[in-house]
Amino acid sequence: MGLVNVTINNQKIAVEEGTTILEAAKKLDIRIPTLCYLNLEHVKTVNGSASCRVCVVEIEGRRNLAPSCATPVAEGMVVRTNTLRCIKARRLVVELFLSNHPTDCLICEKNLNCELQSLAAELDIRRIKFHGVRATHEKDISSKAIIRNMDKCILCRRCETMCNEVQTVNVYSAVNRGFDTFIAPALNLPMNESICVICGQCVSVCPTAALTVVNDIPNVWEALNAKDKFVIVQTAPAVRVALGEKFGAEPGTVVTGKMVAALRMMGFDKVFDTDFAADLTIMEEAAEFIHRLQNGGRLPILTSCCPGWVKFFEHQFNDMLDIPSTCKSPHEMFGVIAKTYYAEKMGIDPQNIFVVSIMPCLAKKYEAARPELMHDDMQDVDAVLTTRELGDMLKEANIDLMNLKDEEFDEPLGESTGASVIFGTTGGVIEAALRTAYEWLTNETLKEVEFHELRGFDGIKEAVVKINDQDINIAVAHGLGNARKVLEDIRSGKSHYHAIEIMACPGGCIGGGGQPYHFGNFDVLKKRMEGIYKEDKNKKFRKSHENPAIKKLYEEYLGEPNGEKAHELLHTYYVKRDNM
Amino acid sequence: MYVEPNTNERLEGQKSIPFYKKQVRRALRNCGFINPEDINEYIAADGYQALAKCLTEMSPDEVIDTVVQSGLRGRGGGGYPTGLKWKYTRQSQSDEKYIICNADEGDPGAFMDRSILEGDPHSVLEAMAIAGYAIGAQYGYIYIRAEYPLAISRLEIAIKQARKLGLLGENIFSTGFNFNIGLRYGAGAFVCGEETALIHSVEGKRGEPSSKPPFPAQRGVWDKPSCVNNVETFANIPPIFLKGPDWFKKIGTEKSPGTKVFALAGKVNNVGLVEVPMGITLREVIFEIGGGIKNNKKFKAVQTGGPSGGCITKDNLDIPIDYESLSSIGSMMGSGGMIVMDEDNCMVDIAKFYLEFTKDESCGKCTPCRIGNTRMLEILEKITKGNGTEQDLKDLAQLGDVIKDTSLCGLGQTSPNPVLSTLHYFEDEYLAHVKDKRCPAGVCQSLFSFHILPEKCVGCTACARICPAHCIEGELKKVHVIDQERCIKCSACYNTCKFNAIEKG
Repeated sequence: MGLVNVTINNQKIAVEEGTTILEAAKKLDIRIPTLCYLNLEHVKTVNGSASCRVCVVEIEGRRNLAPSCATPVAEGMVVRTNTLRCIKARRLVVELFLSNHPTDCLICEKNLNCELQSLAAELDIRRIKFHGVRATHEKDISSKAIIRNMDKCILCRRCETMCNEVQTVNVYSAVNRGFDTFIAPALNLPMNESICVICGQCVSVCPTAALTVVNDIPNVWEALNAKDKFVIVQTAPAVRVALGEKFGAEPGTVVTGKMVAALRMMGFDKVFDTDFAADLTIMEEAAEFIHRLQNGGRLPILTSCCPGWVKFFEHQFNDMLDIPSTCKSPHEMFGVIAKTYYAEKMGIDPQNIFVVSIMPCLAKKYEAARPELMHDDMQDVDAVLTTRELGDMLKEANIDLMNLKDEEFDEPLGESTGASVIFGTTGGVIEAALRTAYEWLTNETLKEVEFHELRGFDGIKEAVVKINDQDINIAVAHGLGNARKVLEDIRSGKSHYHAIEIMACPGGCIGGGGQPYHFGNFDVLKKRMEGIYKEDKNKKFRKSHENPAIKKLYEEYLGEPNGEKAHELLHTYYVKRDNM
Repeated sequence: MYVEPNTNERLEGQKSIPFYKKQVRRALRNCGFINPEDINEYIAADGYQALAKCLTEMSPDEVIDTVVQSGLRGRGGGGYPTGLKWKYTRQSQSDEKYIICNADEGDPGAFMDRSILEGDPHSVLEAMAIAGYAIGAQYGYIYIRAEYPLAISRLEIAIKQARKLGLLGENIFSTGFNFNIGLRYGAGAFVCGEETALIHSVEGKRGEPSSKPPFPAQRGVWDKPSCVNNVETFANIPPIFLKGPDWFKKIGTEKSPGTKVFALAGKVNNVGLVEVPMGITLREVIFEIGGGIKNNKKFKAVQTGGPSGGCITKDNLDIPIDYESLSSIGSMMGSGGMIVMDEDNCMVDIAKFYLEFTKDESCGKCTPCRIGNTRMLEILEKITKGNGTEQDLKDLAQLGDVIKDTSLCGLGQTSPNPVLSTLHYFEDEYLAHVKDKRCPAGVCQSLFSFHILPEKCVGCTACARICPAHCIEGELKKVHVIDQERCIKCSACYNTCKFNAIEKG
């Protein structure tokens, strides 16, 4: 591509053809305010609806102002970004937004996290000039995890881009027209009746409080304060590399020890680790894979730790429900083990045990309520908090996370290996499974435990691993758009893989819908991934089957991996759901 | 014989009738003269000869050059040179390209395109095939409103007949050129007349415009280069090839050659479709072809360009009708709506009427159009209810300017025109509404009331009997009184009273 010469605010620059004015201005350190625009670097997608009209600039020779986010530069173009005409237009556009927006910022879920609020402050808007009707809609609270409050929607269309283009779930589209336009699932169905898989990626890109998370903090406070409850908390691998961001730490800072200390301060009776259950998952999943491989079972086997992905195939690929592993997800395995094995061991009535999961994920909130994920009439998990919610809760409790001394998880459900830590990133589950399956199949020690072909941010990654002279073809897909490609290949018989890991969120759990907002900032995700692999490296054991607490669990309680008891407690089944 | 109503003169032949005298029928050449359901009648009127000539005697580039030379500009409103549009689409590299006919005529009261499609469907099919040959497309879509059932059925018949004779389909005129046409129905959204919105609608997506570039010539329907032309533009194409570009340029102005069809409506004596040479003055159209203002009322303004055009006053009646002149006075050519207003029209009310339409038709995608037009309309409602302030007039002007300057598509970029042009030319009327709380034309109901003048009322009871709200009280031969609380201001009493005893003010 050739270079194009442009002048922006009297500064000259040559940029590649096809560059937008906004990008060219950025190279000159000229900042143009934006609102709907979002560059989701990590999935190579730009929300280019150009609908908000905040980033308008003046181009010499053009009659109208142009949106800098969607206007490519042209040779000799002369642009001004800060003329009175631009500034007045920008202000008026934001004033129009505010005239149709609830002004309850003080008590809004997104107070201090709202892009509209920041923009209004930046443009020094202190008065709402126009008064008139405000669009009002019924709040949709039907979903277990996502609240839709269309009164606060500014129609930036980011959620549509995320859901339809990146995730290919296709829940959202604009309904009605003109002033009455709003974003809704097909037929304006409530979220819980839609094909939403609750990955929460829409929530993670929403600039206002139009899409927010169901708040479970009060339930957890209540449990912590209930006299008869034995409250156990477990934390997912991806939480420990992101929670620090809520307290001003660099993305990727590993705060495992501080988090444990904080949770203990809050009054949890036991602070355990989902990583323990991730090791357990590997025991079951590797055993299941080997069983299918050696007995002519259905291949490829697909991982099943991600509830968003599970719901996705239940809706959209439900002709292949026999492909995914039947393993429950790690935090569900944890819940059931806590309420059976641990309860028996400690002599606690499982009815009094309250299991709280701290997850990077929104779908886990929904998953915890799935009726098949119960044992003895008890839900395996009682409450799920996102990483963001935990951060909020700690702040509410006046806990200054970054200044706490590191503490260790409680035993025995707090012991884990490096294999389980990497569950938090794309490629990690299958890498962990390989570490175990290889040794079980070959009876040899795996010397090089790191599978670098399976790491990184490529949408679909693949590797061939030689085990006992057999080439085992592995694939990893993250982001449901990539998952769809892999699944369509399986459906049409073109797939040659033996095992595939799929995560609904781009980047895997580190990019989960419940993590601190990153708004497409790729650096944040990269650093979180580095944090995960660093934690793996520092672990004494790096293979799940070497976890002493896991070995003991099988000896004392479960028997064989993939055995009868294990199946009763640790495995599940899938349901056919409507594709509409 | 036709009797001219003003002079009682008996006139012989169409050309001596004032309504037709200054009209030149090119786009409408066959309408009313041939049976649109019989392809043979179109062929007898030189139909498909232009296509034959293009396919057998001319290269695609020569075809495009001819259209460029003719100076034909898009009749849908924008006035973009048709030849250039074809040229750019031809230059785009792609395995597939598409021709699209924009038949989503949505301006209230306009029916130019419908008349052409109903009266001469083959002229559009022939032109689309020529365009397809020129740009390298093998398929064309006609995007037509579903509310045009007769036009749709005539197009279907025409396509069937043309296919049967090999004028559409494979290997047309044995030249190896293939061209087919399919219909796509619009659901009646005004914004789908905008080409990118139209393309999305053809694809089955929500009819919303998107940013240009990419222009349809680069990436249009199914992401393939596409050329979108309006019905009337296509109807002008075949004669250009049969009679030559110079013939086409003989009438009209230098920059806007040819004719334009207008839907003349409103307070004129003769209403209907008129096709006039470009460059004719508004005065000629309104006072000669239109036969002047109804009931000898005073001319106040003419609105051109559909719901987002501007209002033009008597001071500009002598400017020639062409793309540039109309936009220089705050209006536009548009697709050809022309609505005449007289002294009884309130310009604030007119502005409100048009804005109501564009506000309803906004797709809702961009902020200025979605929220801005709503706020403008609210201010206008406030003014017509007598609650307006002078600050409101300033806000209207500022909002209007920014909406025009920042909206995503042509709809928002022009929707404030009726408000801005009336604010400019009829500021005194706005001021009367906000300062004196008075509607000079007596249209805005909140700003006037009816009173019975006791000295004139004879107590005939006529007003009380006709009042639909039963709010006039009084006994026979005694003075009547209107209950202002219940009066709905329908004017029935005012129009009924024979003694001028009812005052409006």
